[in-house]
Amino acid sequence: MGNIRVVHYLNQFFAGIGGEEKADHRPEVREAVVGPGMAIKAGFKGQADIVATVICGDSYFGENTEEAKAEILELIKKYEPDLFIAGPAFNAGRYGFACGEVADMVQKELNIPAITGMYIENPGAEMFKKSVYIISTKNSAAGMRDAVGKMVPLALKLINGEEIGSPEKEGYIERGLRKNYFADKRGSERAVDMIIKKLKGEEYKTEYPMPAFDRVPPNPAIKNMSEATIALVTSGGIVPKGNPDHIESSSASKYGKYDISEFDNLTDITHETAHGGYDPVYANLDPDRVLPVDVLRDLEKEGKIGKLHRYFYTTVGNGTAVASAKAFAEEFGKELKADGVDAVILTST
Amino acid sequence: MVKEIERVGIPVVHVCTVVPISMTVGANRIVPAIAIPHPLGDPKLDPNEEKNLRRKIVNKALEALSTEVELQTVFED
Repeated sequence: MGNIRVVHYLNQFFAGIGGEEKADHRPEVREAVVGPGMAIKAGFKGQADIVATVICGDSYFGENTEEAKAEILELIKKYEPDLFIAGPAFNAGRYGFACGEVADMVQKELNIPAITGMYIENPGAEMFKKSVYIISTKNSAAGMRDAVGKMVPLALKLINGEEIGSPEKEGYIERGLRKNYFADKRGSERAVDMIIKKLKGEEYKTEYPMPAFDRVPPNPAIKNMSEATIALVTSGGIVPKGNPDHIESSSASKYGKYDISEFDNLTDITHETAHGGYDPVYANLDPDRVLPVDVLRDLEKEGKIGKLHRYFYTTVGNGTAVASAKAFAEEFGKELKADGVDAVILTST
Repeated sequence: MVKEIERVGIPVVHVCTVVPISMTVGANRIVPAIAIPHPLGDPKLDPNEEKNLRRKIVNKALEALSTEVELQTVFED
């Protein structure tokens, strides 16, 4: 057998085309090893060749998912790969979504193994961990070497049809599958060992982790919108000009609460975005494109809504830890409730 | 954030571009937006048209908030 033919998928950033200003880059293919492909190729130690690299901008993919997928599949198909590798995407949400979508599609349509890599909090991981092998990576590209070190061995096993070990052993994100095996000790002994450890306060490991379904049931609808107080919240990073509280452009550690009672309209003079995860040009020119104060003010005047709440809450949803976002909203959620807000419009970029 | 707001007892609508992410996050009322860098706008339109477009999306969001839902629901045009 000749060398394994690999097609690799990258976003515009890792392909070196550009940052957010190039995120609308349409799918293209290069018959070359690009960016992180170098490390992957090296990892295969001559057993595999990256015959082509398919590149697509994250925004283009997110906004035109079906078209992008069809275009990308055509590009990949031509090279008759034996294996498909996407990313790794680390904690980049849109990139993770794209890697998961494309890897899933390639497996189904081309019937070849596909793998990718992501940080556990990447929304793409939650979406695709059941259908695609996703190597668990660090949350930034600093974890590239580590990620590639796990991706290559798993890819080889998949290609060679070898048995795939447990998530801990192989380094992929748990897929929610159960597998029977022979243990050294019988179940009753293991259970007693576990409970003794638990009682002693020592670390123990359950054999049956419960799936974490964190769903919140929807609240009742607003009966009378013309009397309702509506608040605006955004993860799109809109802040007063100058970003007075220095909300970070990524991995935000805080949120802002700002008074909009004096504003009928947000402009490039009064507000801007602090977000570093999308091209800020459009939001900076007219922040209403992310936080629609102008329209809500009109609707308030027309009596369609009771009132636009005096404060809006904002943070930057860019690689921000889920735990942070949760903590922010727990805190300001209570404030919104105490202030008598009836409903919230939350906008995301 | 959507879930935590819902949890304190306030109905919330998520206006966002990549709907599958919103579904994964667990939003109950979802209104699709225009594009990632300008969810409620379109710089290609003239300012009046653009504001009309924004108004349409906000109205859709208000409609979502006025509609009883039991499951995650995407409010499309």
